[in-house]
Amino acid sequence: MNTFLAFVIKEFRHVLRDRRSLIVVIGMPIIMLLLYGFALSNEVKNSRIAILDTSRDDVTRTLTERLDASRYFTVVQHIDRPEEADALFRQGKVRAVVVFQPMFQQTLLHTNAASVQILADASDTNTGNTVAFYISNVLRAYQNELLDQQKLPYHINVETQMAYNPQLKSAFNFVPGVMVLILILLCSMLTAVAIVKEKEMGTMELILVSPVRPWMMIVAKALPFLVVGLLNVAVILIMAYTILGLPLRGSLLLLIAECGLFVLLALSLGLFISTRTNSQQVALFISLVGLMLPSLVFSGFMFPLENMPKPLQVVSNIVPTKYFFSILKSVMIKGLGFSYVWKETLIMATMTLVLMLLAIRSFKIRLQ
Amino acid sequence: MITVQNISKTYNKGAVKALDNINLEIQRGELFGLIGPDGAGKTTLFRILATLLVPDQGTATVNGADVVRDYKAIRRTIGYMPGRFSLYPDLTILENLEFYAAVFGTTIAENYAQIKPIYSQIEPFKHRRAGQLSGGMKQKLALSCALVHQPDVLLLDEPTTGVDPVSRQEFWDMLQLLQKTGLTIVVSTPYMDEADRCDRIGLIQKGKMMSVNTPQGITSGYQPDLYAVRSSNMYQLITDLRQLDGISTCYAFGEDAHVSVASNSGLNAPAMEAFLKQKAHNNIQITPIAASIEDCFIELMR
Repeated sequence: MNTFLAFVIKEFRHVLRDRRSLIVVIGMPIIMLLLYGFALSNEVKNSRIAILDTSRDDVTRTLTERLDASRYFTVVQHIDRPEEADALFRQGKVRAVVVFQPMFQQTLLHTNAASVQILADASDTNTGNTVAFYISNVLRAYQNELLDQQKLPYHINVETQMAYNPQLKSAFNFVPGVMVLILILLCSMLTAVAIVKEKEMGTMELILVSPVRPWMMIVAKALPFLVVGLLNVAVILIMAYTILGLPLRGSLLLLIAECGLFVLLALSLGLFISTRTNSQQVALFISLVGLMLPSLVFSGFMFPLENMPKPLQVVSNIVPTKYFFSILKSVMIKGLGFSYVWKETLIMATMTLVLMLLAIRSFKIRLQ
Repeated sequence: MITVQNISKTYNKGAVKALDNINLEIQRGELFGLIGPDGAGKTTLFRILATLLVPDQGTATVNGADVVRDYKAIRRTIGYMPGRFSLYPDLTILENLEFYAAVFGTTIAENYAQIKPIYSQIEPFKHRRAGQLSGGMKQKLALSCALVHQPDVLLLDEPTTGVDPVSRQEFWDMLQLLQKTGLTIVVSTPYMDEADRCDRIGLIQKGKMMSVNTPQGITSGYQPDLYAVRSSNMYQLITDLRQLDGISTCYAFGEDAHVSVASNSGLNAPAMEAFLKQKAHNNIQITPIAASIEDCFIELMR
């Protein structure tokens, strides 16, 4: 036991002494979170649109003003012919063009119906969709006002409520996603170099000739980084709550415990990589490039898992980020308790245990 | 204390033969030197004895324990100093020593008497980081760390490589001091002049053990007549002598050329001098000398 304690102390000393790395490790998540929290967003704000309006009457003018006044759109241009829309799209000057039919007000008053065409730039599918959807919302709001003035016999009122995120803030999705990504990449990188570093520096040659057991080395390597990881979790949560305006609806204790478990999982993954490689470069490469893509693709925060082909869905089951992302959203945003996330928690705990055991098993007790 | 039987070891799937059928026996309390040039296989043999490598063939025991099967027992009882500095450069002298004491379940205080002769020399700098120490101080720290758990056997792989001549002398003084406490010490070195400090030496070359004996035993077993020869033009001298019949080897050795002549060849000093005069050499000096370890090594390599 004394041997183990000596190891833990030594590992803490290594981490605390390497000030520069420590600053990077603590600072990197802050920068990444700010960068991605604000920059990565699929919200539509101040989208530039153009109006094709040949009738120029009261109704079209009101509608144009309403579009311009909404925080989603800025009317940047009025055009006269439909062909001009193509040119605008090609130059990327506008996201959408709203086309009012000729003699709009007259037609509306006489036939009780007039059409509006929405041309959206769908080269970016999501944004195109959202822009078109928001424009029709503005138009529908005006239509509802008209309906209120005239009594119609039948009339279906659709009321949509966006649960948990009424303002559709993209931060609610991105911040947990970025958290997952930061934690798995950072923590696995920290331990991925830890053991292989001793092999490279030659210190392993001496430490092997001692009563030290593989589990002592592995566990001792993980402990200081667990503290660092939890520190990162605290910083991220505080920033998410204060700067990015994310709610912390569920139990804070549960949230921190789940984060701790995920950090441990990432550390175990890194340790497993570290025992299997022979140079720091290879270990870093595997933990960065090898984990980045699956974590991003299969966590479900960029691409919905349900839309993926079946084989990919099966693959996603072995990607740990998927479970943590789901837990984070459930606990942070929806405010659910442990009874809703115990399955994911159990899977993550099992993964951690298996990776730890694999790391201990693949630890080489001799050189080469 | 240490037995090595028919040990062979190859690298790269047999492409490189590092050790070729090595046999060796080292007694308790002995200071044994393993001497050979770089690439001779010294480090491989040390790593096998330190349980870090598994031999392809043969068996070895340290203190009665098999290096493959009983590796855990051996790791507790030996003190090992690898050829490359293997302590933590970001930890201080004291922290490194404390760590290695604690890993073996002991403390510096308990073993202070054992390490004092060496450790007291670097103790004034104990809060300096190991990475910032000079070569000699690094060696002393590494030796202190190898000694702090009171091992029965010390395995020192090239401890004096990269250390200045004065520190090298000091280091050997310390080893002889340690030997008096009953420790068995195995040292490897590429420096032939350190051989005389050992009780017995093994000369190793290209993975083969060429000779194992006391330093005196090895030098007295030297068969040919040996001369130190000198003239004004040393380069020409060596070239000329190598063409003379009866000379088996001729090589530069410090300021002299060492010339070995088979005893039955009939060649002697006056005949050599006459030959050299004929080749227009000036200031010729020919002195019969006793063989050093290096001369023996060269003779064995032939």
